[in-house]
Amino acid sequence: MTRRVLAVDDSKTMRDMVSFTLKRGGFEVVEAEDGVDAIARSATGLFDLVITDINMPRMDGITLVGKLRSDPRFRTTPILVLTTEADATKKAAGKAAGATGWIVKPFEPSQLLDVVHKVCR
Amino acid sequence: MDEFEQFRQTFFEECAELLEHLEEATSSLLPGQNDPDVLDRMFRAVHSIKAGAGAFKFERLVRFSHEFETVMDLVRSERILLDDDDPDFLLRCSDVLHSLVSAAQNGVEAAEGVEHEALEDLKDMAKRASDTPDMPLDLIIPQADCDTTEKRFTLHFRPHRGLYESANEPYLLIDALAGLGALTVKADVSAIPEFKDFHPEEAYLAWDMDLLAVCNEGDIREVFEFVEDECDLTITCIDDDVDELTDTPYVVEEKGADLTKSAPAPQAASPVKAIQALEDPNAGQNKVSSIRVDLSRVDRLVDMVGELVIAQAVALQSLEELVDIRHVRQLQSLEDLTQRTRALQEGVMAIRMQPLRAVFSRFPRVVRDIAAKLGKRVRLEIEGEGTEVDKTIIEELSDPLTHMIRNCLDHGLETPEERKAAGKPEEGVVRLTAEQRNGRILIRVGDDGRGLNPEKVLKKAKEKGLVSQDADMSKEEIENLIFLPGFSTADQVSDLSGRGVGMDVVRRNIQKLGGRIGVDSIPGQGSIFTMALPLTLAVLDGMLVSARAETYVIPLSAIVETVCPKASDLRDMPDSGQVMSLRGEVIRLIDVGTALRTDTINNVEPLRQMVVVTETELGRKIGLIVDGVLGQQQVVIKSLEVNYRAIAGVAGTAVLGDGRVRLILDVDGLSEINPPSQDAPNALKQKGMRA
Repeated sequence: MTRRVLAVDDSKTMRDMVSFTLKRGGFEVVEAEDGVDAIARSATGLFDLVITDINMPRMDGITLVGKLRSDPRFRTTPILVLTTEADATKKAAGKAAGATGWIVKPFEPSQLLDVVHKVCR
Repeated sequence: MDEFEQFRQTFFEECAELLEHLEEATSSLLPGQNDPDVLDRMFRAVHSIKAGAGAFKFERLVRFSHEFETVMDLVRSERILLDDDDPDFLLRCSDVLHSLVSAAQNGVEAAEGVEHEALEDLKDMAKRASDTPDMPLDLIIPQADCDTTEKRFTLHFRPHRGLYESANEPYLLIDALAGLGALTVKADVSAIPEFKDFHPEEAYLAWDMDLLAVCNEGDIREVFEFVEDECDLTITCIDDDVDELTDTPYVVEEKGADLTKSAPAPQAASPVKAIQALEDPNAGQNKVSSIRVDLSRVDRLVDMVGELVIAQAVALQSLEELVDIRHVRQLQSLEDLTQRTRALQEGVMAIRMQPLRAVFSRFPRVVRDIAAKLGKRVRLEIEGEGTEVDKTIIEELSDPLTHMIRNCLDHGLETPEERKAAGKPEEGVVRLTAEQRNGRILIRVGDDGRGLNPEKVLKKAKEKGLVSQDADMSKEEIENLIFLPGFSTADQVSDLSGRGVGMDVVRRNIQKLGGRIGVDSIPGQGSIFTMALPLTLAVLDGMLVSARAETYVIPLSAIVETVCPKASDLRDMPDSGQVMSLRGEVIRLIDVGTALRTDTINNVEPLRQMVVVTETELGRKIGLIVDGVLGQQQVVIKSLEVNYRAIAGVAGTAVLGDGRVRLILDVDGLSEINPPSQDAPNALKQKGMRA
């Protein structure tokens, strides 16, 4: 079965890039524009992976990670943070919220796929 | 990253939007505290540009946006409070960002050092941050290690429950480790409790591993980077000094035992949280989702629907001759088809509609810049920016509006001293409003400044030979002189509005859009420029009229009423014009046939004809003499200028249901074809006659 990824980023450019990369890697991608949108879309089915940006309007990525983690359907879903932030406190907050991994933008497609394969069962 | 080239276009489109948001937000900044939403929006705009720029390796853009972002982050977290100069400085930064983006987009290097000064100032500004916590820049620098000899490591890895809870998988970590070299793994099951104590969600397994690899400890730690807090990990390099052994070792078992006891607590909490998380999506339901479509595709669609409307009308007209009351069902389905076609057309036209915000949003900035230059204090009030107008119109509005706003600030508003002397508040107000009325958009640009001085305007016009020396004109007529080519009221030419582009150019631009412009002014209290524009350039609701065996279309929006005049209502004027009295108003008559044809039959007999009373954009009523009214129809406008040339009194052409080309009348244009001679206008003067 095709694995589904929820890709969350407020930048269309980034969403396009992530989608493009993952689709080529054989994933089905559902895009969301921010945390609120992601929560709404998370209700549309099960996901094998979530990739989210941090700085987004309405609901930021760290809050999103926390919210998803408290949803039973996402309790064991890998959640990767894809951000330009490399700040240690932000990372710690991400971890505390329940993020599985942290990728610093800009990313190379192969690198993203590597990490995704690494965390995706 | 070449495979991302295809997203460049998206990136720059996004940049354009972000820069617009940034500029709008920046323009509204004040010294001191600001709306957190505005600051957040600024931060995110810069942040998104930086992220995208990184993907495309626009180094200078990345460097600049990084510093800008840092400062904005400090500002939004209130660690920097904006002082008096900061809003302007940030505006300058937004300009620099803009030019760097433009350079990147055009594939050229931005001018040498264009960002240098702002970059340094940003760095200085960042230093102002209060209680700056040490901000690790976290430049992941690979540790210098040229060692190429194989080393043997032993690892003890005991995942905590939290590792599983953040969806990490020990197997994948171990697998990654195996990528480093030869790995042997042995499970440590010593912590597994008695069955009665076994908790299904607790972590009991650990692994002892032996790795032979060309790497250092850092490489191994990197594998565990994101889970290091969620596990006990000891790494020992056997070939290294044995003393370095064990840093966080044998707390493991105790910890495990503790967790077992406290385990149910987090479980209990999660269902509640889950419900919250699922309720939240409601917040997202009023989200506007959108797609980007190439404009030419939309235009083609608009064109095709236009043709469809014509084809449908042609079909309808030819069928109507055949179908009578016996064919009720056919008539009904025809009616149905008509309605649906119209709905389709409206739907398609709506695609091109955009809120005026797109153009209004740049004016806070414009006003601020100009006010600063002129040393005037100005408040810009914007209203109705959500009003939607055809995209083409929006694009064409920018220049004339900018010019008019400049005029308001430069000529309209007085200096603070002058205002004080006149008993007005020192801060002047410029109002920019938009509303939709009767199928047209009314945009007003007004100020509470000195207003037009009719005497000065008339004197100037006479000096310039725009009107005859003995002209006797009403205030309204004098005010409208400022739209004449070659008119400029400024005593001195300033670098702002006196740049040789006068209100005549503004008027021409507005007319090109099928709009009108007028001015209303009270000396000492200010002026209001009113522009009336069509909602769209593509279709028009028209009234078909016949005049001298020719069929014309009169825009429905211009029509007030249709009357059959009585003899006693009509009067010939000394200048050979004709007027009609209608409920006490005196209305000038124009014979459409005469006005548009070269034959010189003057003063037809209006008694046997009809008068369509129309209103010009300036609110003046004009009666058009026609032979008859044929009906109402929506027509697709085809420009006459493009394929033929502009004709006074004709706004464009339309292809009608019978497939023939008809002329669409331009009421204002008609009223100007044959202006009453100088000695007559007062007889026709209409005042305060807006419907």
